[in-house]
Amino acid sequence: MATAAPHFPAAPTPWSGRRAPTIEADEPEQRPFVHRICTATGLKVDLAAQRLIMANAVAAVVFLLTGGVYALLLALTRWQAIHLLPAQWFYRVLTAHGFDMLVAWIVFFEMAGLYFGGTVLLNARLVAPKLGWLQFGLMLAGGVLLNTVVLMGEADVAYTAYVPLKASPLFYLSYILFAVGALIGVLLFISTWIVARHEKRYEGSVPLVVYGLLTAAGLALYTLIQGTMAFLPAFLWSLGIMETLDPGYYRNTFWGFGHPAQQVNLAAMVAVWYLLAAITTGAKPLNEKLSRTAFVLYFLFINFGSVHHLLVDPGYSFLYKVVNTSYGMYLAVLGSLIHAFSIPAAFEVALRKKGYNGGLFQWLRKAPWKEPGFAALALSLIGFGWVGGITGVTIGTEQLNMVIHNTLRVPGHFHATVAWGTTLAFMGLTYYVIPLIFRRELKLVRWAQLQPYVFSLGMLLIAAGLIATGIQGAPRRHWDISFSGAGFPVDIPNTVHLTLAVFGVGALIAVVGAGMYLSVVLASVFLGRRIEPTSAVLVSSSGAGPIGEVVLAPAGNSGHGGARAHLTEEEEERLFEPKGTFVIVLIFLGFFATYYLANWWLLGRGWGVS
Amino acid sequence: MMAPPLVWWKPLGRLEKSWVTIAVVWCVFLTAMMPLWYFMGRQNVPATSYRVAPAHYAKLVTEFAEKYKTGEEKGIPVVTPPVGDVYLQAKAWQWYPILKLKKGETYRLHLSSTDFQHGFSLQPVNLNLMALPGYDYVINLTPTSSGEFSLVCNEYCFLGHHLMVGKMIVID
Repeated sequence: MATAAPHFPAAPTPWSGRRAPTIEADEPEQRPFVHRICTATGLKVDLAAQRLIMANAVAAVVFLLTGGVYALLLALTRWQAIHLLPAQWFYRVLTAHGFDMLVAWIVFFEMAGLYFGGTVLLNARLVAPKLGWLQFGLMLAGGVLLNTVVLMGEADVAYTAYVPLKASPLFYLSYILFAVGALIGVLLFISTWIVARHEKRYEGSVPLVVYGLLTAAGLALYTLIQGTMAFLPAFLWSLGIMETLDPGYYRNTFWGFGHPAQQVNLAAMVAVWYLLAAITTGAKPLNEKLSRTAFVLYFLFINFGSVHHLLVDPGYSFLYKVVNTSYGMYLAVLGSLIHAFSIPAAFEVALRKKGYNGGLFQWLRKAPWKEPGFAALALSLIGFGWVGGITGVTIGTEQLNMVIHNTLRVPGHFHATVAWGTTLAFMGLTYYVIPLIFRRELKLVRWAQLQPYVFSLGMLLIAAGLIATGIQGAPRRHWDISFSGAGFPVDIPNTVHLTLAVFGVGALIAVVGAGMYLSVVLASVFLGRRIEPTSAVLVSSSGAGPIGEVVLAPAGNSGHGGARAHLTEEEEERLFEPKGTFVIVLIFLGFFATYYLANWWLLGRGWGVS
Repeated sequence: MMAPPLVWWKPLGRLEKSWVTIAVVWCVFLTAMMPLWYFMGRQNVPATSYRVAPAHYAKLVTEFAEKYKTGEEKGIPVVTPPVGDVYLQAKAWQWYPILKLKKGETYRLHLSSTDFQHGFSLQPVNLNLMALPGYDYVINLTPTSSGEFSLVCNEYCFLGHHLMVGKMIVID
């Protein structure tokens, strides 16, 4: 049963309103705050933070809903057999879809994650909750304004708004409002962590999940600064205050914002992966050093990657592009390869220790596939790492980019990473946020159990359809793949109609999956019974113990059977080695190498160019 | 999920060590492929570009098209230039002019836009490069197959984007 974790400091000392003249070293000044004790974990939940988590999560879901409606319209247009929207509305909806999904849904959810990680996981209080509401208000204003401006037809410029395409100044202003709001949220998270550390709210080092969120916050800081460098001049230019704006400068700074923004998602998503693994299987990171080093690699090198978008732009040297696109030397990719091993390995070891220690893959067969958070985690790993990661590294290779740039392979890639991987991880986490933070009983549990599979099947077909269409040379962001109104015929194989149909069917399935998610969320939040959860897992037969036992037990004597109590640490490590994961990552690497080298072969068949 | 002890710097397990080693080797290989191809491959991303005022570039293209014009198709001149500098202009929503090149010869293809950003996408060769206003991008292009090729614009360039298709001809 859940009890208050023994390794957290005792109740806060009363705060006198001013700094006490002397503070004993082991009893730091802790300002009291209005909180409740979570009945499932024993953690303190700052009620001010809880309200902000709820507000941001709700906003995220609303933007996901809006972006999802746009997605359906777009998919039914690109699916040439249906070709629903007229051209102008296709580009208009595409602009709003990009923002709502890539920016609004994800960043709002990340804000909720930052409030959670900064307070609940550290047993700490949120500093300056009012600033939190400023964050929320600014981001909401930006998001609503952007959708309004776009739907009014004042900004048919696509999500990237490449200069010299000009939108209404309000369009750039909405980006700026949103970015300033997000910046406040990030700074608030960092301040909250610093105060928690100072007040000794937690002992030891920050949990790995918070470490990942700190990485995301650090990345977000320079991402948002670069966003300002792109949108502020564009705003002034659209107002007529600046006469010209260099398109190359805009591309460089826009992607200094646009790509790292997705790297923020990456770091936040990996943090969520560790969290879901802990909740659903009781997994602990096998080696904190390894996992944390991988986060440091992200922090130091991943920003180089924004140059991926400029690989076939004029104005850059070979060396500049190679150093940047290889992240120095693929050091950020190394970070991802480490997580690709360490996360499945963590839950493999956890499951092996539960008794599923037979052969290579018994743990995989016995894994809690019916626990929504686990299914979401596993499928998110496949979507992001396997489909998205491999295609991403390939697109980002300097010469290979010439056969991929701006074809449908690019959206194929990021629908695997962000739309499948990140989105599904966040969806999976929502199912736990509802009982633990909203304290509502999860309704439609069967739907929640099925949803990760339905959504993943849809996203797999979307990604595969787009990638296969892109390999045939079909352009992205294009209303009419039949080129019927164009001046000259286009020699693109007819098989694009087949692959676009695969994409279209996938989109319908994914929309059903997203609809299931939204139904579960709405039904639970509005119709669910008020509960005080005693366990973090949702499906008791999942094989994972309640969170209180598995996750919160102090290191060293967690849930291990008495039979192997005599084993030394080394013997135990050897007994529960993640052999299955090792085999899986080797297969993954084989697939990676095949896809990557096949693309060099494709490039080598083309015309000579230099 | 919970706070680990302050010191978490512990040695890696056997399989962890093996995977990190394999991953590092793979990353080194990924890095090495680009310089290797740079020196040994025939397809490399062009890296020569000049600043050019869009109006000036439009003038260069017009002069070039008039000088070597050998025909016309749908109002766009077909141009058969000698080996050397050739010019292509991207403009909403047209590629100008139609270039007629010889297979196996290497041309210095100048690529620029005179209004928005456009994407040069040669199909079905599937060669994709950016055309930005203000930048003269110089591409050493060697056609290795003959026939008629399509030039698609694959960078969104406002509402007529999907109408922007041009043509390139390669003769033996």
